[in-house]
Parts: sequence; C-alpha cells; structure tokens
Amino acid sequence: MNTSDSDTLDPRLAAPLAPLPGPTVREVHDPFHGDLLEVSMGPQHPSTHGVFRMVVTLDGETIVKLKPVFGYLHRNHEKLGENTSYLGSMPYTDRLDYLCSMTNNWAYALAVEKLAGQPVPERAQYLRVILAELTRLVNHSCLVGFLFNDLGTSFTPLLYAFREREKILDLFEALSGSRMMCNYQRFGGCRVDPTPEWLEAARRIVEGFPRFLDEFEELLTGNEIMLARTQGVGCLSAELATSAGITGPMLRASGVGYDIRKVDGYGIYPRFDFRVPLGEHGDTYDRYMMRVLEMRESVKILQQAFRDLPAGPIMDAKAKIRGFRPKAGEAYGRIEGPKGEIGFYLVSDGGPNPYRYRVRAPSFVNLTVLEDMCLGHTIADSVVILGSVDIVLGEVDR
Amino acid sequence: METPEQIRDRLLARFPGAQISVVTNPGPAAEHALLLDAAHAREIAFFLRDDPALRLDYCSNVTGIDWPEKEIAETAKVSVPDPAGGPAKIVEQKTKRIQPGFLEVVYHLYSMALKQGPVILRLRTGNRTDQVTLPSFMPVWRSCDFQEREVFDLFGIVFEGHPDLRRILMWDEFKDHPMRKDYVAPDDFEWEPTPHSDVLARAQTHYPAASPAATGDGGKS
Repeated sequence: MNTSDSDTLDPRLAAPLAPLPGPTVREVHDPFHGDLLEVSMGPQHPSTHGVFRMVVTLDGETIVKLKPVFGYLHRNHEKLGENTSYLGSMPYTDRLDYLCSMTNNWAYALAVEKLAGQPVPERAQYLRVILAELTRLVNHSCLVGFLFNDLGTSFTPLLYAFREREKILDLFEALSGSRMMCNYQRFGGCRVDPTPEWLEAARRIVEGFPRFLDEFEELLTGNEIMLARTQGVGCLSAELATSAGITGPMLRASGVGYDIRKVDGYGIYPRFDFRVPLGEHGDTYDRYMMRVLEMRESVKILQQAFRDLPAGPIMDAKAKIRGFRPKAGEAYGRIEGPKGEIGFYLVSDGGPNPYRYRVRAPSFVNLTVLEDMCLGHTIADSVVILGSVDIVLGEVDR
Repeated sequence: METPEQIRDRLLARFPGAQISVVTNPGPAAEHALLLDAAHAREIAFFLRDDPALRLDYCSNVTGIDWPEKEIAETAKVSVPDPAGGPAKIVEQKTKRIQPGFLEVVYHLYSMALKQGPVILRLRTGNRTDQVTLPSFMPVWRSCDFQEREVFDLFGIVFEGHPDLRRILMWDEFKDHPMRKDYVAPDDFEWEPTPHSDVLARAQTHYPAASPAATGDGGKS
C-alpha cells in the first residue's frame, strides 16, 4: 500500500466499512438469534405509499427490528413558510397531505385566525364543515382501497373507491378550480361561494354515498382473506397509543375516545349530531372498520350541514387579505384531519411573515409506533400494517 | 383547568429548587407557557403526566424556535442636575443592549384522559453554540421520539437521554441545521466531493502540464 496515499485519505474511509445504505440485503449476526437478515424495503417499493424506506431485520420471516427511514421528500416546508407571507403559505399547505388539502387549509386558517383574533361568518363555517367531511370521505375511501392493494387485491377495490372519489373531486374542482390543490380557505372565511346547483350536486353525491359504502362493505368487510390477514395483526394498546401521540382513526381503533371535533368543538362541530366510533382490539381490522364507520358518520354530518346551511357572507367584512400583519404573539391551532390531529403552530413578531411556522403532521407522529406494531409479525404483514397507518409522504417529510 | 400561574405555584411547592416562570403570550390566543429550567425539567414532566388533576398524558406538538442574538435599542429618560444650580434637566438617553441568543423547545401538552389542555412548556438553551443540551422528554412521552429527532436535525438542540438521536429528515452526512435563522443555503445542493477531482489534481502533480498523458489524448496530438 502506498503510504503517502493513506496519509491523505479521508479518516472516515480509513475506519472499518459501515454498512452501505440502499436497497441491499445483508446478513447480520446476532448472538441470541443466530443469523438474521436485514432487508431494506423501499424507498422505491410499491407498497410503501411513496418514497418511504423500512430497514427490517428478519429472523426467518419474522420481524425482529424495524427502523423507518424518511426525508426523501423533505423540502423544508417550515422554512418556506417563514420566508413567505401568511397568505402565501396557504397554497403550500395543499401540498402537505395532498389527499386532504381542504382540511390542511382549514387547520392553517384556524391557527392564523387564532393568532389574529379573526372571527369567521356562519356560512363559511358551514362550508368548512361540508368540505372537511367530503375530504374525509375521499381520504378514507382511498385508504381502504390502498389497504386492499397492500393485501394483494390488485386495484379492484381501489378503483371502486376512486370512482366515488372522482365525483367528490369534481365538486372540489367546480368550487375551487382544482381537484386536489384546492387553496380554498382564507383567514376569516372562504374564497368562493358555492352556487345552488353546486350544493344540489353535492347533496345528491352525499345521498348516494351510503349505497356505495354498503356495496363496498358487502364485498370487503366479511372477506375471509381480509379477516385472516388483518385480525390480530399489528395490535396497538391504548396506553402506547396515548403516550406516542397517535391521533385520528388509528387512536380510536385502540379504544381511546379522543376526537378533536368533540373535544375542542372547533368551528361549529358542537351543533352536529354524530357519534365517534371506537375499536376494541387496536388491530389492523379495527383500523379498517374505523374508517368505514367514520365515513357513515361523515355522511350524517354532511346531511345536517346541507339542511342547515344559512345564507350570508362567506368572508368576514373586516378580514384583511393584503398587508396582513398579526400582532406579536403565538397560537397553536389544531383540527381533526382525516389522518389525525393536524396542527399549525405560529409565532408572530408583528411582521408580514410568520417568525416561526410549524406543521404538526399526523402521519409523521403516527409512524412512531410502526416498529412496535410490526414486531413479531411476518414481513408481509408489515406491508398491511403500514397501509393501515395511513401515511402521505408529502406530510411526513414536509 | 388550572391556569399556568396556578400550575407554577403548585410545581414550585413540589420542587423547591426549580426555577419556573410564566411566559406570557401577548396575542389574542393568550395561551401562556411555563418556562422550565433544564435541571428539573424531566422530573416536572413526569409530575405533570401523572398528576391526577392534570393527567397530561398526550404530548401533541414538539418544536424548536431559534432566537439569534439581537441588539435592542432602548431610550431612557435620565434627569441631569444643572451645574449652575437650576432645575434638573430631563434628557433622553439612548442605550444599546445585546440580548444573547438562545434556542427554545416548545411542548404542547394535552390530556386525553380528562380532555383538557393545552399546557405549554418551554425550555431554553444557554446559547446557540456550545450549551445546546436539554433533557429529552422521550422517557415521559413516546411521541417526543421523532419530533425531538426533528428538532435536533433542523435546530441542532441535543436532547440528553434520547435513545436514538439521529438526523431524521436531512441525510446523515449533512452538517448544518437548516431551520436556524442564520443558515445559508448552499449555491449548489447537488455538489458533492467526488474522488474524480482528487484523482485529477494528483495526476496534474505527477505529469507536467504539457505532457500528452495529462491531456488524456494518449499522445496523438
């Protein structure tokens, strides 16, 4: 070996070789288990719902260790938020969880309204509820479709879900101009007032939704393969779920009754009559059922909202759009998004841009317990468990 | 639910050596925070989680805030006695004071059992360079796992007691902390050192510049 070369070598290269990251399979020796296999699933794996990687250590087919790796889609959304005006961040929030732009908009608008003490007129509150619940229908029906994809049904249930989703996305497009990147909410109200025709069309789609759910459930819920693959798989205890900050349907599947629509009663949710479904076992099957039952409750909320929708302005008359500078202070606004608690934490120093803009993303926090749920199950089950967590990488990586 | 002042008084009675103060939020949200000292923070966090009146079993949001050093201009009115014996004059005196920079972690706590909250906790580091260690709350709430890793990654706050403190969103070889206010983004994100440039530099020292081997055309020219 040429000694003059080794002197100039990077000290990191001189150290023993660290395991290479990347899609590799390697053998790991564990004194207790003997020879284990480490498999890197992802980031380009069809079942990881985006660029998400799991480094799984296997004993045979059983998972003994699982480390999630992400950040491939990281664009420092929070720094972008600090470098643009309050309103300028609104379209960026669409890109967090791109299936639920309406609820992201609402959570951000809610945080800013809390920061500036901005009231919202009645009609806008109703519209927000209508759009948030439609978003919940979109998200949950897609999630169930994707979950069945992970179970190996190869797109048939997903296309049933997409058929219904497309109807709702047409509504979003008619109202906001865009199917998925809606950019619809404003601080102190909403951007566009729906026409009576739009409301009639939306009402008809919602009326037809329970029929789709019945059809969907008849095909899927009692399916024998589905039961065998999901019941008792990926159990999450109520204590761990609470401590790990799990929210949304995943928390309620573990039997913890915590729904921010009920707890905080933000917007006008206390006026609506709806129930919060709870699971018993916290397994993958309960998480699936939570979504189906929540969709039925969302339909109930939507019917009440269409019935009670008042006439009136959709923007507060005193709301400032241009030159918006809230007073110094801070606020944390959170709502019950389809995936869990989506919150925005804003610190203002009195300037036109937020001093600190933070997104509390539900799928990011919900991934905390992925390893706990997967331990002891086979590698094929980890795919299903990840599918039932409901992640969107745009929100995890931000 | 108790106000932050009541919680502070109760904590001070329980932990006599601790330094706890209330940070007021001047905005309309008016959610005031409790500023804890690093030495007692974890004990206090365990207490808040297990206290039957609070039961703050759910740590919703963990985030950092960077407060760089800043110069504060102050004007104070000083009365100057007149040497001739007349009435004292009041003069405006301008002073500049440097407020030292620090990093801050904010925790938003709620109670799932009692359905109440939020209680906001804040911890501050000594400075922004070498005293950036704070106690981790991961032993208290599992939800701090990824979120504290994110704060470590983007702000550079080291959480003592966190079992797996690695970068989470940026790649492992990344050096800086991008959410700090003084972070300067590189001109070219794609640039990375390749062995190729080192090899070229070495080749240039081995061969004289005019020789055919250095131009790479095998001596045909």
